[in-house]
Order: sequence, then structure tokens, then C-alpha cells
Amino acid sequence: MSCTGPRPGREVAVLGGGLIGLAVAWRAASRGLRVCLADPDPGSGASSAAAGMLAPVTEAHYGEERLLALNLRSAAAYPEFVRELENFTNMPAGFDTRGTLAVAFDRDDQAVLAETARFHARLGLDSDRLTGREARRLEPLLAPGVQAGLLVRGDHQIDNRMLHAALLAAAEKAGVCLHRARAGLLTDGTERVRGLLLESGERLPAEHVVLAAGCWSSEIEGLPPGVLPRIRPVRGQILRLAMPAVPVLTRTLRALVRGRSVYLVPRAHGELVVGATSDELGFDTGVTAGGVYELLREAHDVLPGISELPLVEARTGLRPGSPDNAPLLGHTALPGLIAATGHYRNGVLLTPVTADAVADLLTEGALPEYAAPFSPDRFAAADRLAASTGEF
Amino acid sequence: MSDTDTLRIAGRDFGSRLIMGTGGAPSLEILREALTVSGTRLTTVAMRRVAAGTRGSILDLLAELDIALLPNTAGCLTAGDAVLTARLAREALGTDWVKLEVIADEHTLLPDPVELLEAARTLVEDGFTVLPYTNDDPVLARRLEEAGCAAVMPLGSPIGSGLGIRNPHNIELMVEAAGVPVILDAGIGSASDAALAMELGCAGVLLASAVTRAQRPALMAAAMRDAVAAGRACHEAGRIPRRRYARASSPSRDETPAF
Repeated sequence: MSCTGPRPGREVAVLGGGLIGLAVAWRAASRGLRVCLADPDPGSGASSAAAGMLAPVTEAHYGEERLLALNLRSAAAYPEFVRELENFTNMPAGFDTRGTLAVAFDRDDQAVLAETARFHARLGLDSDRLTGREARRLEPLLAPGVQAGLLVRGDHQIDNRMLHAALLAAAEKAGVCLHRARAGLLTDGTERVRGLLLESGERLPAEHVVLAAGCWSSEIEGLPPGVLPRIRPVRGQILRLAMPAVPVLTRTLRALVRGRSVYLVPRAHGELVVGATSDELGFDTGVTAGGVYELLREAHDVLPGISELPLVEARTGLRPGSPDNAPLLGHTALPGLIAATGHYRNGVLLTPVTADAVADLLTEGALPEYAAPFSPDRFAAADRLAASTGEF
Repeated sequence: MSDTDTLRIAGRDFGSRLIMGTGGAPSLEILREALTVSGTRLTTVAMRRVAAGTRGSILDLLAELDIALLPNTAGCLTAGDAVLTARLAREALGTDWVKLEVIADEHTLLPDPVELLEAARTLVEDGFTVLPYTNDDPVLARRLEEAGCAAVMPLGSPIGSGLGIRNPHNIELMVEAAGVPVILDAGIGSASDAALAMELGCAGVLLASAVTRAQRPALMAAAMRDAVAAGRACHEAGRIPRRRYARASSPSRDETPAF
């Protein structure tokens, strides 16, 4: 299918074919919009590196109550989103509702976990405190030293690679025209975005462009300075182990080990995802000896049985970090350019709600109320400051 | 104390005696708010966790807030590693100031005194302005000063522990003997810890976790700012001697002026 047929152009061009870009494209096309999407290698970024935790509760942090509300909404939307996607594509999306167990390794970690439990209670979030023995009854291979646990039944997971494959199929089936090429913004020297310009020189005219380029969102060719807050890459190293037929773990495990965090996410098809480090070294995607060592050390401390498992993958992903860790959703300062980026640690979780909010904006002209607080212009004071120094 | 009270290190004046660290901040926006409220003029960043030239990073934020950057060698376990990290930082950031950390192990994060002194000597010789993170050991502090360090920065208790100042007597001994600023660096948990450090005569306080990991970082930054100012004022004002028995604050007869 071509985007440059007899018709003058598309209504929507999406820049980025990760989970967010594909979901936006699929939802927009399902609502009858003509959509094209450009990405040199769809799903090669954070979408395939991520662990796929859908964890609004265990990801709740002090001072991020507004983001928590959006995360909870998206978690609640997941079952229906997955059902529609699987029915439409006849592909499994790897949704897993076995819940999450958080555990504490030593006394200091136990104090932190207890504080987390009080924080959950204050916010009305559903979590149950367990003793170390109770935690081991749920997951018998936990290390004997585990002091305490917190069971969060509502924090689920999805196999983000299966989800991406399904979304890619859904987008194409819904009529989205996919260009496997690098693209920049097309402005034709005007104050408005006119579509996308592929590296080949091919033009994809469109009324609206949705920017869903993850950590590369601020690096896009043709993006005028200052039209959206800067998105920066936050590197995470993550491992994948192969699990035997008898799994060493049956639900997502999040552990605090001597003040360090590690998570282990077991897939039903026999994979164990272990993550993740966090540092800011630009677009460096190297895997380091120290990163792998620390992940395995902490994982082994709480689940000694992993030492026998084959290590099948060590890679990095670059989280798209916004200034306040929350996504940028909606109109940017460049007319026609809509942001759907900056999801930081919550891209997989926020995929359904982002897709629906942006589809609403495209078809009805306004973001739904729940998404309005995440408008890119919320850093207005910082914008002014940036304008005065000429740099964001 | 007056409005012109400044922290002077190696001939450079800073308008605040609170030095901030950035580790543990939940987001850049929260860090921005906390740093702004704290009034800090000097902030330390771990060189292993950031890269110069990454736009939108902590380094950009410090430049925007006009806060001086103090690179640190957190995570280094040997003198060689710390020296290399400091040199890379100098090359990348164009500053020869370094907060020198050489830790003994990852569990306690206590300074390794032997490696620390070795690294300090090498870096001073290499032209660095060295601010070493050290144990609360007055003798080691003296050796670091003799090696040419621009300040000494003893811990109150282990990094991130929030256990406060475990050996105030040693901190006092260090302050008494030192010809360079003594800056309390590590272990601060609450505002009273920061105030105590200043009352003991420290020239400044360096803290990170106490603010960045607080439930409301900006509010805690305000508390620390005020505590440092209060502790400093208290130290300068000269506290009353401790007495065994009460002494009425409104005397019933004339007092001799001197006693």
C-alpha cells in the first residue's frame, strides 16, 4: 500500500513503530483515519528490551500520585485492550495476570518494604503484607533469608515482544501503511508540520504527525528547538534466562536486596527476565560486566536456583526520560505535531491509555480529561527559562 | 554571622554552606525543585552515572540553575580507579575539582583510608583541587590536609544510612586541628543532624539521600537549608556553658558582668 497515491495525503503520520506508535496507529486507523507510520526497525528499542511489568502499585512513588492515576487507568484498560487485539489479529499477546510479589532481603530492606506498605494503604492501593515464611509458601524457591513480602495481586505483566508483534499485525491489518525507514519532520519552511520526510527523500504528507520516537524524540530531524521538553535516554541493562519446564518462579518477583532493587519476571513460555540497571550515558547501548554482575548477584541472592539457568540474552534499552518521569501527551508548540512520548519506565503499561487518548485527540480535537495533566506544555516555567537562555 | 557569610574552599566562595548530592532523586523536576529550594551553590554528581554532553541531563540542570559542579568518584574501589575517573571527569567537564571517594566495599561504603590517601597525593600532584570523603578520623584528616587537600569531608555515619553523627567528639577534634574547611559528608538523616554538624564547627554539610529519598524532597531541602543556617548561627553566636543546676533567667539581684 502506498501513502502517496492519488489522494492528497494522510490524516495522520506516526513517527516511531514501538509499542506506543503502533498502538496509536492501530487505534487511529480503527476509527477510520488514514494513517501511515515510519520506523527503520519497528520494535528494536525499549519496546523489545522492557520486562513488560504492568505494575502501577509496585511502581508508585512519592510525589507521583498524578502519574499513578494514569497508570491505574491503563492497567484497568489492559484486559479489554488485549482481548480486542487478540480477536482482531488472532495472535496471542502474552498477557499474564498471576500478580506480583515484592520481597525484602535484609532488615533494612524490610523497613523500606513496610514503609511501602503504609504508602499503599494511604493511597488505597491493594497490597498484602506477608512474613518471609508466607512469601516462601507462595514461591518455594525464594532464598531462606528473605525477611518479608508484599503481595500485589493487581500488578500483572505482558510479554512485550509478543505484544509488539500483535500490534504490528493489527496496525497493518487496519490499513496503516508502514515505511521501514528513518524519517524527519516535514515543515516546508512553515510554522506547521506538514508530514514526514523519509531519508530517501520521499514525502509523506499528513495533517497531523504523532511523535512516538521514544528516547530519540528530541533528536528528530526537522524538529525546531523548544517545541517540546527534552527527552533523554536512560540506559537499562536487562537479562533473559531460559526456564526449565518446572519454573523457578510463578509470578513477578520484585526484590530489595541490601538497598538495591532487582526484578524477575517469569514468562509462561519459559523465559525469566531479570532487570534492570539505570544510568545516563547518552545513547550508549553497551552491556557492561558490572551491570550483568550486579543484576545476577542480586537475583541470585533472592532466588538461588537461577544459577543453573542458561543466560540467553543480555542487552540494553534506552528509557525515554521526561523531566518529571511522566509521559508527554498531546499538542506540542509546533502546530500539527502531537507528542506521545517520554513514558520513561511505564511505556508498556501506558500503551492502551496513550493510544486511546491520542486517538481521541485526533478524532475529537481534544485530549480526554484524564490525559490533560500530561500535556507537554506543563513545564511552562522551565520553557520560559529555556527561551531566555536559548536552549532547552 | 552576616549576609556575607560564605563557604570558602581553595579561594573560591560559595554563597551557601549546604553542598548537595544528586543520587537517589526520583526525577529531574523533583531534583530541580529541591536544589532550588536548598539554596546550594555547589553540587556533586557521580561521574560513573552520567556522561558529559548528554542534553537534558543533570549536568544541563546544574548549568541552568547556575550551580557549580563537583564531580565525584563514587563507586571506585582502588586509588588507581579513582585517579582515572577524576582525570576523565576533568577532561569531560573542564573542572579540576573533585570529590574524591575511594570506598572499601559495597556493603558499608566506608572509605578505604590507605587507598584514599594514595589517590589524594596523586591527584594533588596532578593539579587537582581535592575534596576527600574520609572517615571520622582526626589523624587521617591531618594526613590528607598535609597531602594538600583543599578540604576534608568526614562521614557522620555510613553513606545513605541516615544515622547522623556517630562520633561528634572526633568531628570536633578535626575542626579544631584543621587548617582547611571540614565538611560533614554522609550520614545526615534529619535537620538536627545538619544543625549539629554546623554547631560542632564544620564549615559546611554535604548531603544527598536525606533530601532526594525523602517523601517530599523540596520540603526536606528547605529543612536542611534552615538547619545549616541555624547551626552556623549557633556556632558563631557562642552557646552558653552547660551547668549542672538551674540558673534563673530573670535574676533577682544584680549580677557581676563577667560571670
